[in-house]
Amino acid sequence: MTTLTVAAQDSTIMIGRELKHTLRFPLLLVGTILVPVVMLLLFDYILGGTIGRGLGIAAHGAPYVDFLMPGILVMTVAASCGPTAIQVNTDMTGGIVDRIRTMAVARGALLAGHIGGSVLRTFLAAAVLLGVALLAGFRPKASLIDWLIVAGIVAAFAFALAWLSAALGLAAKSVAGANSSTLPIQFLLPFLSSTFVPADSMPVGVRWFAEHQPFTPIVESLRALLTGAPLGNTAYLALAWCAVIALVGYVWAQAALRRRYPAS
Amino acid sequence: MCRMNTATKNATRNAVCVNGLRKAYGEKVVLDGVDLSIREGEVYGLLGPNGAGKTTIVRILSTLLPADAGTVSVLGHNLGREAGAVRSLIGVTGQFSAVDKLLTGEENLFLMGRLLHLPATDRRVRASELLERFDLVDAAKRTPATYSGGMTRRLDIAMTLMGRPRLIFLDEPTTGLDPRSRHTMWQIIRDLAAEGVTILLTTQYLEEADELADRIGVLDRGRIVAEGTPEQLKRRIPGAHILLRFADGASLAAATRALPEGSRDANELMLRVPKEGGIRSLREVLTRLGDGVAVQDLSIHTPDLDDVFFALTGNPAKEQTQ
Repeated sequence: MTTLTVAAQDSTIMIGRELKHTLRFPLLLVGTILVPVVMLLLFDYILGGTIGRGLGIAAHGAPYVDFLMPGILVMTVAASCGPTAIQVNTDMTGGIVDRIRTMAVARGALLAGHIGGSVLRTFLAAAVLLGVALLAGFRPKASLIDWLIVAGIVAAFAFALAWLSAALGLAAKSVAGANSSTLPIQFLLPFLSSTFVPADSMPVGVRWFAEHQPFTPIVESLRALLTGAPLGNTAYLALAWCAVIALVGYVWAQAALRRRYPAS
Repeated sequence: MCRMNTATKNATRNAVCVNGLRKAYGEKVVLDGVDLSIREGEVYGLLGPNGAGKTTIVRILSTLLPADAGTVSVLGHNLGREAGAVRSLIGVTGQFSAVDKLLTGEENLFLMGRLLHLPATDRRVRASELLERFDLVDAAKRTPATYSGGMTRRLDIAMTLMGRPRLIFLDEPTTGLDPRSRHTMWQIIRDLAAEGVTILLTTQYLEEADELADRIGVLDRGRIVAEGTPEQLKRRIPGAHILLRFADGASLAAATRALPEGSRDANELMLRVPKEGGIRSLREVLTRLGDGVAVQDLSIHTPDLDDVFFALTGNPAKEQTQ
Protein backbone atom coordinates (compact mmCIF):
# COMPACT_ATOMS: atom_id res chain seq x y z
CA MET A 1 0.00 0.00 0.00
CA THR A 2 1.29 3.43 -0.81
CA THR A 3 1.38 6.19 1.78
CA LEU A 4 -1.45 7.93 -0.02
CA THR A 5 -3.85 4.97 0.01
CA VAL A 6 -3.08 4.37 3.69
CA ALA A 7 -3.81 8.04 4.40
CA ALA A 8 -7.08 7.80 2.47
CA GLN A 9 -8.03 4.58 4.27
CA ASP A 10 -7.21 5.93 7.71
CA SER A 11 -9.10 9.16 6.99
CA THR A 12 -12.15 7.19 5.87
CA ILE A 13 -12.00 5.17 9.10
CA MET A 14 -11.90 8.37 11.11
CA ILE A 15 -14.79 9.90 9.12
CA GLY A 16 -16.75 6.72 9.90
CA ARG A 17 -15.95 7.25 13.57
CA GLU A 18 -17.29 10.83 13.40
CA LEU A 19 -20.51 9.62 11.77
CA LYS A 20 -20.96 7.05 14.51
CA HIS A 21 -20.36 9.82 17.06
CA THR A 22 -23.15 11.80 15.41
CA LEU A 23 -25.54 8.84 15.73
CA ARG A 24 -24.56 8.30 19.39
CA PHE A 25 -24.70 11.96 20.27
CA PRO A 26 -27.49 13.30 18.03
CA LEU A 27 -27.36 16.66 19.79
CA LEU A 28 -24.41 17.39 17.49
CA LEU A 29 -26.83 17.33 14.58
CA VAL A 30 -30.02 18.50 16.29
CA GLY A 31 -28.52 21.88 17.20
CA THR A 32 -27.21 22.35 13.70
CA ILE A 33 -30.70 21.69 12.32
CA LEU A 34 -32.81 23.34 14.97
CA VAL A 35 -31.23 26.81 14.99
CA PRO A 36 -31.56 27.45 11.24
CA VAL A 37 -35.06 25.94 11.12
CA VAL A 38 -36.21 28.15 14.01
CA MET A 39 -34.60 31.16 12.33
CA LEU A 40 -36.35 30.33 9.06
CA LEU A 41 -39.75 29.97 10.66
CA LEU A 42 -39.29 32.94 12.98
CA PHE A 43 -38.22 35.33 10.24
CA ASP A 44 -40.61 34.01 7.61
CA TYR A 45 -43.82 33.70 9.64
CA ILE A 46 -43.43 36.25 12.40
CA LEU A 47 -41.19 38.98 11.04
CA GLY A 48 -41.38 38.15 7.34
CA GLY A 49 -44.59 39.98 6.51
CA THR A 50 -43.21 43.39 7.39
CA ILE A 51 -39.66 42.67 6.20
CA GLY A 52 -40.96 41.23 2.93
CA ARG A 53 -43.06 44.33 2.20
CA GLY A 54 -40.09 46.54 3.02
CA LEU A 55 -37.78 44.59 0.73
CA GLY A 56 -39.74 45.35 -2.42
CA ILE A 57 -37.39 45.18 -5.36
CA ALA A 58 -34.61 43.37 -3.51
CA ALA A 59 -36.70 40.20 -3.37
CA HIS A 60 -37.33 40.39 -7.10
CA GLY A 61 -41.03 40.23 -6.43
CA ALA A 62 -40.76 36.79 -4.84
CA PRO A 63 -42.09 35.97 -1.36
CA TYR A 64 -39.75 36.75 1.56
CA VAL A 65 -39.04 33.05 2.15
CA ASP A 66 -37.30 32.91 -1.24
CA PHE A 67 -35.08 35.82 -0.20
CA LEU A 68 -34.49 34.34 3.26
CA MET A 69 -33.81 30.67 2.50
CA PRO A 70 -30.36 31.01 0.83
CA GLY A 71 -29.09 33.00 3.83
CA ILE A 72 -30.50 30.44 6.27
CA LEU A 73 -28.75 27.75 4.26
CA VAL A 74 -25.45 29.57 4.86
CA MET A 75 -26.39 29.87 8.53
CA THR A 76 -26.80 26.09 8.61
CA VAL A 77 -23.23 25.73 7.42
CA ALA A 78 -22.13 28.12 10.17
CA ALA A 79 -24.16 26.21 12.77
CA SER A 80 -21.90 23.17 12.20
CA CYS A 81 -18.98 25.09 13.68
CA GLY A 82 -20.07 24.47 17.27
CA PRO A 83 -20.27 20.65 17.07
CA THR A 84 -17.03 20.44 15.10
CA ALA A 85 -15.09 22.53 17.61
CA ILE A 86 -16.66 20.53 20.46
CA GLN A 87 -15.71 17.19 18.90
CA VAL A 88 -12.14 18.25 18.15
CA ASN A 89 -11.70 19.63 21.65
CA THR A 90 -13.18 16.50 23.26
CA ASP A 91 -10.56 14.44 21.46
CA MET A 92 -7.74 16.78 22.42
CA THR A 93 -8.69 16.99 26.09
CA GLY A 94 -9.08 13.18 26.31
CA GLY A 95 -6.37 10.60 25.77
CA ILE A 96 -7.52 9.32 22.37
CA VAL A 97 -5.25 11.62 20.34
CA ASP A 98 -2.21 10.38 22.27
CA ARG A 99 -3.26 6.83 21.55
CA ILE A 100 -3.76 7.37 17.83
CA ARG A 101 -0.49 9.26 17.51
CA THR A 102 1.44 6.37 19.04
CA MET A 103 -0.05 4.05 16.39
CA ALA A 104 1.10 3.69 12.81
CA VAL A 105 -1.87 5.76 11.61
CA ALA A 106 -1.61 8.41 8.90
CA ARG A 107 -0.83 11.69 10.65
CA GLY A 108 -3.66 13.74 9.17
CA ALA A 109 -6.37 11.09 9.59
CA LEU A 110 -7.74 12.31 12.89
CA LEU A 111 -8.47 15.86 11.72
CA ALA A 112 -9.55 14.58 8.31
CA GLY A 113 -12.19 12.57 10.16
CA HIS A 114 -13.45 15.67 11.90
CA ILE A 115 -13.46 17.77 8.72
CA GLY A 116 -15.20 15.06 6.68
CA GLY A 117 -17.69 14.38 9.46
CA SER A 118 -18.43 18.07 9.77
CA VAL A 119 -19.09 18.51 6.03
CA LEU A 120 -21.36 15.45 5.96
CA ARG A 121 -23.29 16.68 9.02
CA THR A 122 -23.73 20.04 7.32
CA PHE A 123 -25.19 18.43 4.21
CA LEU A 124 -27.56 16.35 6.32
CA ALA A 125 -28.73 19.45 8.19
CA ALA A 126 -29.04 21.39 4.91
CA ALA A 127 -31.24 18.63 3.44
CA VAL A 128 -33.59 18.80 6.44
CA LEU A 129 -33.67 22.58 6.21
CA LEU A 130 -34.50 22.41 2.53
CA GLY A 131 -37.42 20.12 3.29
CA VAL A 132 -38.78 22.50 5.92
CA ALA A 133 -38.29 25.47 3.62
CA LEU A 134 -40.20 23.75 0.79
CA LEU A 135 -43.04 23.09 3.22
CA ALA A 136 -42.93 26.75 4.25
CA GLY A 137 -43.46 27.82 0.65
CA PHE A 138 -39.91 28.17 -0.64
CA ARG A 139 -39.97 27.80 -4.43
CA PRO A 140 -36.45 27.70 -5.88
CA LYS A 141 -36.01 28.57 -9.56
CA ALA A 142 -32.63 26.89 -9.94
CA SER A 143 -31.68 24.58 -12.80
CA LEU A 144 -29.80 21.35 -12.18
CA ILE A 145 -26.52 23.13 -12.97
CA ASP A 146 -27.48 25.88 -10.52
CA TRP A 147 -28.15 23.25 -7.82
CA LEU A 148 -24.76 21.67 -8.45
CA ILE A 149 -23.09 25.06 -8.06
CA VAL A 150 -25.11 25.65 -4.88
CA ALA A 151 -23.90 22.29 -3.53
CA GLY A 152 -20.35 23.17 -4.53
CA ILE A 153 -20.39 26.51 -2.73
CA VAL A 154 -22.03 24.97 0.36
CA ALA A 155 -19.37 22.22 0.35
CA ALA A 156 -16.55 24.73 -0.03
CA PHE A 157 -17.86 26.92 2.79
CA ALA A 158 -18.54 23.89 5.02
CA PHE A 159 -14.99 22.65 4.37
CA ALA A 160 -13.50 26.08 5.12
CA LEU A 161 -15.48 26.60 8.33
CA ALA A 162 -14.70 23.02 9.43
CA TRP A 163 -10.97 23.81 9.34
CA LEU A 164 -11.55 27.06 11.19
CA SER A 165 -13.67 25.26 13.80
CA ALA A 166 -11.04 22.53 14.12
CA ALA A 167 -8.47 25.23 14.85
CA LEU A 168 -10.78 26.82 17.42
CA GLY A 169 -11.35 23.41 18.99
CA LEU A 170 -7.61 22.73 19.12
CA ALA A 171 -6.82 26.13 20.61
CA ALA A 172 -9.56 26.07 23.27
CA LYS A 173 -8.75 24.87 26.77
CA SER A 174 -12.16 23.30 27.36
CA VAL A 175 -15.16 21.98 25.47
CA ALA A 176 -17.29 24.90 26.66
CA GLY A 177 -14.63 27.35 25.49
CA ALA A 178 -14.45 25.62 22.13
CA ASN A 179 -18.18 25.98 21.63
CA SER A 180 -18.36 29.64 22.68
CA SER A 181 -15.48 30.60 20.41
CA THR A 182 -17.63 29.60 17.42
CA LEU A 183 -20.65 31.67 18.46
CA PRO A 184 -19.60 34.81 16.53
CA ILE A 185 -19.40 32.71 13.36
CA GLN A 186 -22.73 31.07 14.07
CA PHE A 187 -24.70 34.21 14.94
CA LEU A 188 -22.89 37.53 14.67
CA LEU A 189 -21.64 37.18 11.10
CA PRO A 190 -24.99 35.95 9.66
CA PHE A 191 -26.87 38.88 11.23
CA LEU A 192 -24.28 41.36 10.01
CA SER A 193 -24.62 40.11 6.44
CA SER A 194 -27.34 40.16 3.81
CA THR A 195 -28.90 36.98 5.24
CA PHE A 196 -32.08 38.65 6.53
CA VAL A 197 -32.12 42.06 4.80
CA PRO A 198 -30.02 43.56 1.98
CA ALA A 199 -26.77 45.16 3.14
CA ASP A 200 -27.69 48.51 1.53
CA SER A 201 -30.60 48.87 3.97
CA MET A 202 -28.20 48.92 6.93
CA PRO A 203 -26.59 51.90 8.75
CA VAL A 204 -23.36 53.04 7.06
CA GLY A 205 -20.75 51.39 9.35
CA VAL A 206 -22.61 48.09 9.58
CA ARG A 207 -23.29 48.22 5.85
CA TRP A 208 -19.57 48.57 5.08
CA PHE A 209 -18.83 45.59 7.32
CA ALA A 210 -21.65 43.53 5.81
CA GLU A 211 -20.44 44.22 2.30
CA HIS A 212 -16.86 43.22 3.09
CA GLN A 213 -17.29 40.07 5.15
CA PRO A 214 -17.40 36.53 3.72
CA PHE A 215 -21.03 35.69 4.49
CA THR A 216 -22.49 38.34 2.18
CA PRO A 217 -20.98 37.18 -1.14
CA ILE A 218 -21.74 33.55 -0.23
CA VAL A 219 -25.36 34.38 0.63
CA GLU A 220 -25.68 36.57 -2.47
CA SER A 221 -24.33 33.79 -4.70
CA LEU A 222 -26.74 31.18 -3.35
CA ARG A 223 -29.60 33.67 -3.52
CA ALA A 224 -28.87 34.47 -7.17
CA LEU A 225 -28.63 30.75 -8.02
CA LEU A 226 -31.79 29.74 -6.14
CA THR A 227 -33.97 32.66 -7.25
CA GLY A 228 -32.80 32.50 -10.86
CA ALA A 229 -31.19 35.95 -10.77
CA PRO A 230 -27.92 36.63 -12.64
CA LEU A 231 -24.91 35.31 -10.68
CA GLY A 232 -22.31 37.88 -11.75
CA ASN A 233 -18.91 37.72 -10.06
CA THR A 234 -20.11 37.09 -6.52
CA ALA A 235 -19.50 33.33 -6.79
CA TYR A 236 -15.80 33.92 -7.44
CA LEU A 237 -15.62 36.25 -4.45
CA ALA A 238 -17.47 33.62 -2.37
CA LEU A 239 -15.05 30.87 -3.38
CA ALA A 240 -12.06 33.14 -2.77
CA TRP A 241 -13.33 33.74 0.76
CA CYS A 242 -13.75 29.99 1.26
CA ALA A 243 -10.18 29.42 0.11
CA VAL A 244 -8.83 32.09 2.46
CA ILE A 245 -10.82 30.79 5.46
CA ALA A 246 -9.81 27.19 4.75
CA LEU A 247 -6.15 28.18 4.48
CA VAL A 248 -6.20 30.24 7.69
CA GLY A 249 -8.04 27.44 9.52
CA TYR A 250 -5.65 24.79 8.22
CA VAL A 251 -2.47 26.70 9.09
CA TRP A 252 -3.83 27.65 12.51
CA ALA A 253 -4.95 24.07 13.23
CA GLN A 254 -1.54 22.66 12.27
CA ALA A 255 0.20 25.24 14.46
CA ALA A 256 -2.09 24.45 17.41
CA LEU A 257 -1.43 20.74 16.92
CA ARG A 258 2.33 21.31 16.83
CA ARG A 259 2.17 23.13 20.14
CA ARG A 260 0.77 19.94 21.67
CA TYR A 261 2.87 17.53 19.60
CA PRO A 262 6.09 19.29 18.61
CA ALA A 263 7.86 18.10 15.47
CA SER A 264 6.32 14.68 15.15
CA MET B 1 26.38 2.61 27.62
CA CYS B 2 23.47 0.67 26.22
CA ARG B 3 23.75 -0.88 22.79
CA MET B 4 21.23 -2.55 20.54
CA ASN B 5 22.89 -5.88 19.97
CA THR B 6 20.31 -7.20 17.55
CA ALA B 7 22.90 -9.43 15.84
CA THR B 8 23.69 -11.37 18.99
CA LYS B 9 21.87 -14.67 19.02
CA ASN B 10 22.08 -15.97 22.53
CA ALA B 11 22.87 -12.96 24.65
CA THR B 12 19.94 -11.09 26.14
CA ARG B 13 18.80 -8.50 23.68
CA ASN B 14 17.79 -5.01 24.53
CA ALA B 15 14.28 -3.92 23.60
CA VAL B 16 14.94 -0.33 24.56
CA CYS B 17 18.23 1.54 24.69
CA VAL B 18 18.34 5.06 26.03
CA ASN B 19 21.57 7.07 26.24
CA GLY B 20 21.93 10.57 27.61
CA LEU B 21 18.30 11.53 27.21
CA ARG B 22 17.58 15.17 27.95
CA LYS B 23 14.43 17.22 27.91
CA ALA B 24 13.73 20.69 29.22
CA TYR B 25 10.69 22.91 29.07
CA GLY B 26 12.20 26.37 28.95
CA GLU B 27 14.26 26.75 32.10
CA LYS B 28 12.86 23.67 33.73
CA VAL B 29 14.98 20.58 33.17
CA VAL B 30 12.78 17.49 33.25
CA LEU B 31 15.23 14.83 32.08
CA ASP B 32 18.87 15.43 32.89
CA GLY B 33 20.76 12.70 31.06
CA VAL B 34 18.79 9.48 31.45
CA ASP B 35 20.48 6.19 30.53
CA LEU B 36 18.49 3.01 30.69
CA SER B 37 18.14 -0.31 28.98
CA ILE B 38 15.21 -2.66 28.91
CA ARG B 39 15.85 -6.27 27.96
CA GLU B 40 13.49 -8.12 25.71
CA GLY B 41 10.80 -9.89 27.68
CA GLU B 42 11.37 -8.16 30.98
CA VAL B 43 9.16 -5.91 33.04
CA TYR B 44 11.07 -2.74 33.74
CA GLY B 45 9.66 -0.59 36.50
CA LEU B 46 10.36 3.10 36.35
CA LEU B 47 9.88 4.27 39.88
CA GLY B 48 9.70 7.81 41.06
CA PRO B 49 7.53 10.41 42.70
CA ASN B 50 5.29 12.81 40.78
CA GLY B 51 7.34 15.25 38.77
CA ALA B 52 10.40 12.98 38.55
CA GLY B 53 10.05 12.72 34.75
CA LYS B 54 8.40 9.30 34.33
CA THR B 55 5.66 10.42 31.97
CA THR B 56 8.12 12.50 29.94
CA ILE B 57 10.24 9.39 29.36
CA VAL B 58 7.17 7.42 28.27
CA ARG B 59 6.04 10.22 25.93
CA ILE B 60 9.47 10.37 24.32
CA LEU B 61 9.85 6.60 23.96
CA SER B 62 6.36 6.29 22.50
CA THR B 63 7.12 8.93 19.80
CA LEU B 64 4.80 11.61 21.20
CA LEU B 65 7.51 14.02 22.23
CA PRO B 66 10.91 14.78 20.69
CA ALA B 67 13.92 14.71 23.00
CA ASP B 68 16.33 17.65 23.25
CA ALA B 69 19.36 15.37 23.26
CA GLY B 70 20.33 11.74 23.56
CA THR B 71 19.82 8.62 21.49
CA VAL B 72 16.99 6.18 21.80
CA SER B 73 16.43 2.94 19.99
CA VAL B 74 13.29 0.92 20.38
CA LEU B 75 13.19 -2.70 19.15
CA GLY B 76 16.11 -2.05 16.84
CA HIS B 77 14.77 1.17 15.35
CA ASN B 78 16.19 4.61 15.87
CA LEU B 79 13.44 6.66 17.43
CA GLY B 80 14.25 9.89 15.63
CA ARG B 81 14.58 8.42 12.13
CA GLU B 82 12.13 5.52 12.20
CA ALA B 83 9.25 6.67 14.36
CA GLY B 84 6.76 5.00 12.01
CA ALA B 85 8.39 1.59 12.41
CA VAL B 86 8.50 2.04 16.18
CA ARG B 87 4.80 2.91 16.25
CA SER B 88 3.85 -0.32 14.52
CA LEU B 89 5.59 -2.37 17.25
CA ILE B 90 4.58 -0.63 20.46
CA GLY B 91 1.43 -0.28 22.50
CA VAL B 92 0.82 2.59 24.89
CA THR B 93 -1.58 2.95 27.77
CA GLY B 94 -1.20 6.43 29.11
CA GLN B 95 -2.04 7.89 32.46
CA PHE B 96 -5.43 9.13 31.32
CA SER B 97 -7.85 6.73 29.75
CA ALA B 98 -7.63 6.82 25.98
CA VAL B 99 -10.97 5.28 25.15
CA ASP B 100 -13.56 6.83 22.86
CA LYS B 101 -16.42 7.64 25.21
CA LEU B 102 -19.09 7.75 22.49
CA LEU B 103 -18.28 4.30 21.12
CA THR B 104 -19.14 1.02 22.84
CA GLY B 105 -16.38 -1.17 24.25
CA GLU B 106 -16.54 -3.44 21.23
CA GLU B 107 -16.58 -0.52 18.77
CA ASN B 108 -13.50 0.91 20.48
CA LEU B 109 -11.68 -2.36 19.81
CA PHE B 110 -12.98 -2.48 16.23
CA LEU B 111 -11.75 1.08 15.67
CA MET B 112 -8.27 0.02 16.76
CA GLY B 113 -8.49 -3.05 14.51
CA ARG B 114 -9.45 -0.91 11.51
CA LEU B 115 -6.66 1.57 12.16
CA LEU B 116 -4.24 -1.37 12.41
CA HIS B 117 -5.57 -2.56 9.03
CA LEU B 118 -6.51 -5.98 10.41
CA PRO B 119 -8.77 -8.03 8.12
CA ALA B 120 -12.41 -8.05 9.23
CA THR B 121 -12.37 -11.61 10.60
CA ASP B 122 -9.14 -11.08 12.58
CA ARG B 123 -10.64 -7.89 13.94
CA ARG B 124 -13.73 -9.68 15.24
CA VAL B 125 -11.83 -12.68 16.59
CA ARG B 126 -9.23 -10.54 18.36
CA ALA B 127 -11.85 -8.19 19.81
CA SER B 128 -13.96 -11.01 21.25
CA GLU B 129 -10.79 -12.68 22.62
CA LEU B 130 -9.83 -9.50 24.43
CA LEU B 131 -13.35 -8.79 25.69
CA GLU B 132 -13.39 -12.29 27.13
CA ARG B 133 -9.91 -12.02 28.60
CA PHE B 134 -10.57 -8.70 30.32
CA ASP B 135 -14.00 -9.66 31.58
CA LEU B 136 -15.78 -7.09 29.41
CA VAL B 137 -18.17 -9.37 27.51
CA ASP B 138 -21.23 -8.02 29.31
CA ALA B 139 -20.05 -4.46 28.81
CA ALA B 140 -19.14 -4.90 25.14
CA LYS B 141 -22.29 -3.23 23.81
CA ARG B 142 -22.25 -0.36 26.29
CA THR B 143 -20.30 2.89 26.12
CA PRO B 144 -17.55 3.58 28.68
CA ALA B 145 -19.78 6.21 30.31
CA THR B 146 -21.38 3.29 32.19
CA TYR B 147 -18.05 1.64 33.14
CA SER B 148 -16.24 1.69 36.47
CA GLY B 149 -12.68 3.02 36.62
CA GLY B 150 -11.28 -0.50 36.58
CA MET B 151 -13.37 -1.49 33.56
CA THR B 152 -12.32 1.61 31.62
CA ARG B 153 -8.69 0.83 32.37
CA ARG B 154 -9.16 -2.76 31.22
CA LEU B 155 -10.74 -1.59 27.96
CA ASP B 156 -7.83 0.82 27.59
CA ILE B 157 -5.33 -2.06 27.88
CA ALA B 158 -7.42 -4.25 25.58
CA MET B 159 -7.25 -1.49 22.93
CA THR B 160 -3.49 -1.36 23.36
CA LEU B 161 -3.29 -5.11 22.81
CA MET B 162 -5.39 -5.23 19.60
CA GLY B 163 -2.22 -4.98 17.52
CA ARG B 164 -0.25 -7.57 19.54
CA PRO B 165 2.54 -5.11 20.40
CA ARG B 166 5.96 -6.50 21.36
CA LEU B 167 6.64 -3.65 23.74
CA ILE B 168 4.04 -2.04 25.97
CA PHE B 169 4.30 1.20 27.87
CA LEU B 170 2.08 1.38 30.92
CA ASP B 171 2.15 4.82 32.49
CA GLU B 172 0.88 4.53 36.07
CA PRO B 173 -1.63 1.84 35.15
CA THR B 174 -3.11 1.53 38.64
CA THR B 175 -3.28 5.18 39.67
CA GLY B 176 -6.80 5.95 40.82
CA LEU B 177 -7.95 2.34 40.93
CA ASP B 178 -9.52 0.71 43.97
CA PRO B 179 -7.49 -2.10 45.64
CA ARG B 180 -9.41 -4.88 43.90
CA SER B 181 -9.00 -3.37 40.44
CA ARG B 182 -5.35 -2.78 41.24
CA HIS B 183 -4.81 -6.45 41.91
CA THR B 184 -6.68 -7.36 38.73
CA MET B 185 -4.35 -5.01 36.84
CA TRP B 186 -1.31 -6.60 38.47
CA GLN B 187 -2.49 -10.00 37.30
CA ILE B 188 -3.00 -8.63 33.76
CA ILE B 189 0.56 -7.30 33.77
CA ARG B 190 1.93 -10.61 35.07
CA ASP B 191 0.04 -12.49 32.34
CA LEU B 192 1.43 -10.18 29.65
CA ALA B 193 4.94 -10.68 31.00
CA ALA B 194 4.39 -14.44 30.95
CA GLU B 195 3.56 -14.19 27.24
CA GLY B 196 6.96 -12.62 26.67
CA VAL B 197 5.83 -9.06 26.03
CA THR B 198 8.37 -6.46 27.11
CA ILE B 199 6.82 -3.96 29.49
CA LEU B 200 7.89 -0.54 30.68
CA LEU B 201 5.83 0.26 33.71
CA THR B 202 5.92 3.55 35.56
CA THR B 203 4.67 3.81 39.06
CA GLN B 204 4.94 5.88 42.16
CA TYR B 205 3.98 2.90 44.28
CA LEU B 206 7.07 1.17 45.61
CA GLU B 207 5.09 -1.92 46.44
CA GLU B 208 3.90 -2.15 42.84
CA ALA B 209 7.39 -2.00 41.32
CA ASP B 210 8.57 -4.56 43.87
CA GLU B 211 5.64 -6.82 43.02
CA LEU B 212 5.83 -6.67 39.21
CA ALA B 213 9.19 -5.53 37.93
CA ASP B 214 12.16 -7.71 37.00
CA ARG B 215 14.31 -4.63 37.19
CA ILE B 216 13.67 -1.22 38.61
CA GLY B 217 15.09 2.16 37.70
CA VAL B 218 14.72 4.77 40.40
CA LEU B 219 14.09 8.16 38.80
CA ASP B 220 14.75 11.25 40.83
CA ARG B 221 14.70 14.79 39.41
CA GLY B 222 15.29 13.65 35.83
CA ARG B 223 18.06 11.16 36.56
CA ILE B 224 18.19 7.41 37.15
CA VAL B 225 19.80 7.30 40.58
CA ALA B 226 19.76 3.53 40.92
CA GLU B 227 18.98 0.52 38.78
CA GLY B 228 18.72 -3.16 39.52
CA THR B 229 16.47 -5.99 40.59
CA PRO B 230 14.28 -5.24 43.60
CA GLU B 231 16.58 -7.50 45.65
CA GLN B 232 19.73 -5.72 44.47
CA LEU B 233 18.25 -2.36 45.36
CA LYS B 234 17.23 -3.54 48.79
CA ARG B 235 20.70 -4.95 49.42
CA ARG B 236 22.23 -1.59 48.67
CA ILE B 237 20.93 -0.16 51.87
CA PRO B 238 21.51 -1.25 55.43
CA GLY B 239 18.74 -2.20 57.77
CA ALA B 240 18.07 -5.92 57.24
CA HIS B 241 17.67 -7.58 60.60
CA ILE B 242 16.15 -10.46 62.53
CA LEU B 243 13.82 -9.54 65.31
CA LEU B 244 13.53 -11.97 68.24
CA ARG B 245 10.88 -11.68 70.93
CA PHE B 246 11.05 -13.47 74.28
CA ALA B 247 8.58 -14.49 76.94
CA ASP B 248 10.60 -13.22 79.91
CA GLY B 249 13.64 -11.18 80.95
CA ALA B 250 15.74 -14.26 81.68
CA SER B 251 15.44 -15.53 78.12
CA LEU B 252 16.27 -12.08 76.78
CA ALA B 253 19.37 -11.92 78.98
CA ALA B 254 20.52 -15.35 77.81
CA ALA B 255 19.98 -14.39 74.19
CA THR B 256 21.89 -11.16 74.62
CA ARG B 257 24.86 -13.12 75.94
CA ALA B 258 24.72 -15.50 72.98
CA LEU B 259 24.34 -12.71 70.41
CA PRO B 260 26.31 -9.73 71.71
CA GLU B 261 26.07 -7.85 68.36
CA GLY B 262 22.28 -7.48 68.82
CA SER B 263 20.63 -4.44 70.27
CA ARG B 264 18.10 -5.15 73.00
CA ASP B 265 14.84 -3.55 73.95
CA ALA B 266 14.20 -4.58 77.56
CA ASN B 267 10.70 -3.11 77.74
CA GLU B 268 9.45 -5.01 74.72
CA LEU B 269 11.61 -8.07 75.54
CA MET B 270 13.04 -7.87 72.00
CA LEU B 271 16.46 -8.37 70.49
CA ARG B 272 17.32 -6.93 67.08
CA VAL B 273 20.12 -8.80 65.34
CA PRO B 274 21.70 -7.38 62.15
CA LYS B 275 21.48 -9.88 59.32
CA GLU B 276 23.58 -10.20 56.18
CA GLY B 277 22.78 -12.75 53.54
CA GLY B 278 19.88 -15.13 53.49
CA ILE B 279 18.84 -18.29 55.28
CA ARG B 280 22.42 -19.03 56.35
CA SER B 281 22.56 -16.06 58.68
CA LEU B 282 19.20 -17.05 60.14
CA ARG B 283 20.48 -20.59 60.78
CA GLU B 284 23.63 -19.17 62.37
CA VAL B 285 21.59 -16.99 64.72
CA LEU B 286 19.45 -19.95 65.78
CA THR B 287 22.50 -22.18 66.26
CA ARG B 288 24.22 -19.62 68.46
CA LEU B 289 21.05 -19.23 70.52
CA GLY B 290 21.05 -22.98 71.19
CA ASP B 291 18.17 -25.06 72.56
CA GLY B 292 18.19 -23.47 75.99
CA VAL B 293 16.73 -20.11 75.06
CA ALA B 294 12.98 -20.05 74.41
CA VAL B 295 12.14 -17.72 71.54
CA GLN B 296 8.52 -16.67 71.56
CA ASP B 297 8.44 -15.00 68.17
CA LEU B 298 10.80 -14.38 65.30
CA SER B 299 10.55 -12.13 62.27
CA ILE B 300 12.86 -11.22 59.43
CA HIS B 301 12.93 -7.62 58.22
CA THR B 302 14.19 -6.61 54.80
CA PRO B 303 14.09 -2.97 53.83
CA ASP B 304 11.28 -2.05 51.47
CA LEU B 305 11.65 0.26 48.51
CA ASP B 306 10.59 3.23 50.59
CA ASP B 307 13.80 2.74 52.55
CA VAL B 308 15.67 2.40 49.26
CA PHE B 309 14.29 5.64 47.92
CA PHE B 310 15.13 7.45 51.10
CA ALA B 311 18.64 6.05 51.21
CA LEU B 312 19.34 6.82 47.54
CA THR B 313 17.94 10.31 47.26
CA GLY B 314 17.99 11.55 50.81
CA ASN B 315 14.34 12.39 50.29
CA PRO B 316 11.28 10.51 51.21
CA ALA B 317 9.37 9.50 48.08
CA LYS B 318 6.99 12.37 48.37
CA GLU B 319 5.82 14.59 45.60
CA GLN B 320 8.52 16.51 43.78
CA THR B 321 6.55 19.38 42.39
CA GLN B 322 7.99 21.96 40.10
